[in-house]
Amino acid sequence: MILAVVSIVLMTLDHRYQATDNLRSFLNGVAYPLRTITDLPNELGDMASTTFVSRSTLQEQNQTLQVQNELLKAKLQKYTALEAENTQLRKLLKSVQENQNQLNRAIVAEILSTDLDPFRRQVVLSKGSDDDVYVGQPIISAEGVMGQVIQVSAFSSIAMLITDPSHALPVQVNRNGVRAIATGEPHKNQLRLLHQPNNTDIVVGDELVTSGLGCVFPAGYPVGKVIDVNINPSLPFAQITVETSALLDRHRQVLLVWPDSKRLGGKSGCANLLSKDQHK
Amino acid sequence: MNTTPHNGLVILASFMVAYLLTMLPLPDWLGLLRPYWVAMVLMYWCMALPHRVGVGIGWLSGLFLDVVYNALLGQHALGLALLAYFTVTLHQRVRVFPLWQQSLTIYVLCLIYAALVLWVKGMTGHPPASLFWYLIPTFTTALCWPPVFLLMRRIRRGFHVA
Repeated sequence: MILAVVSIVLMTLDHRYQATDNLRSFLNGVAYPLRTITDLPNELGDMASTTFVSRSTLQEQNQTLQVQNELLKAKLQKYTALEAENTQLRKLLKSVQENQNQLNRAIVAEILSTDLDPFRRQVVLSKGSDDDVYVGQPIISAEGVMGQVIQVSAFSSIAMLITDPSHALPVQVNRNGVRAIATGEPHKNQLRLLHQPNNTDIVVGDELVTSGLGCVFPAGYPVGKVIDVNINPSLPFAQITVETSALLDRHRQVLLVWPDSKRLGGKSGCANLLSKDQHK
Repeated sequence: MNTTPHNGLVILASFMVAYLLTMLPLPDWLGLLRPYWVAMVLMYWCMALPHRVGVGIGWLSGLFLDVVYNALLGQHALGLALLAYFTVTLHQRVRVFPLWQQSLTIYVLCLIYAALVLWVKGMTGHPPASLFWYLIPTFTTALCWPPVFLLMRRIRRGFHVA
């Protein structure tokens, strides 16, 4: 049974050394047409609902969008002013840490409606290395962080959502800056905070944002809200459940963002980490 | 090997349909019930044409299934190769079984396949959260076997695949 040996060698290579990325991305390219076909009914539905829409609905929609746009513009003005003020204050403090919330570039990618392993939380995105998507790239939606890219082929890529059991996200409580690691709880579509002592200062209703540690996600993006804190003295750690703010199972479109690597790199050890990643 | 030009394509097409069914987006609870389509098609061809479809095809189809699932490369390849091996070994006996008895055999074979994949998953640190839900597709595969078998036999006879 040569094939059995080959499979075991292949599994070892894949698991330990990530040596099969080329083969995988090639086969992913082969799978892409199939994925497009399974996505077709959904796509047709989308097309139908955009094509056969009444004029009054469009007008109404246009109006609400205009109002929303005005509001967002107004908010953005305030944001620019705040940012300028922030930079100035940091200068006054002679702090080297820069505001790293700015994003260089972002594109919209569509989630292809195809299913992967039902026990993981992964999605296929319609953008690949042709659009400079890279492994480890954060994806976000209007409501918050969604996940990161784990595999790229030419026209598509696979992203792991933050609710995947093997995803860990460095977060921070907005109220007091307590840092934590949030990992996925796939069956409930929730997150769990790991290794928080029983006397930790996290209460129900706390907002969590990304902390920017780990150099993958830019700091300050909303992650979720604490919905349950269970402190059981017989357990070593508090059990804290978090509901994600991004509607992970409801989005068709996500934002692939390119965080400003120079800014990320400007902060402590990220530069080393990032350059090491690029060499790999 | 190819007596008529299209009969190999029928086998390929049946596998493609199986992959499409595997990828078809379903709601979460229904997705957990999804039978092993690729394994079913593979077993059918192994049973009907053991001289053409065997361990090699099983391994290749499993490799592609790994990519489709985005699983560790080789785990389904190993599982399906073993499944094909067992099916080819048993094909003369299973072929003459009544359908319900075939289903039962299919169930046991799927259980072996599922156990093998589970074993690999456990070793690489991705054990499924619940064993019950993990093994549910083996039931649904066995339940789906009679209609799939009848349909595939019709297709095979209709296209004269030999």
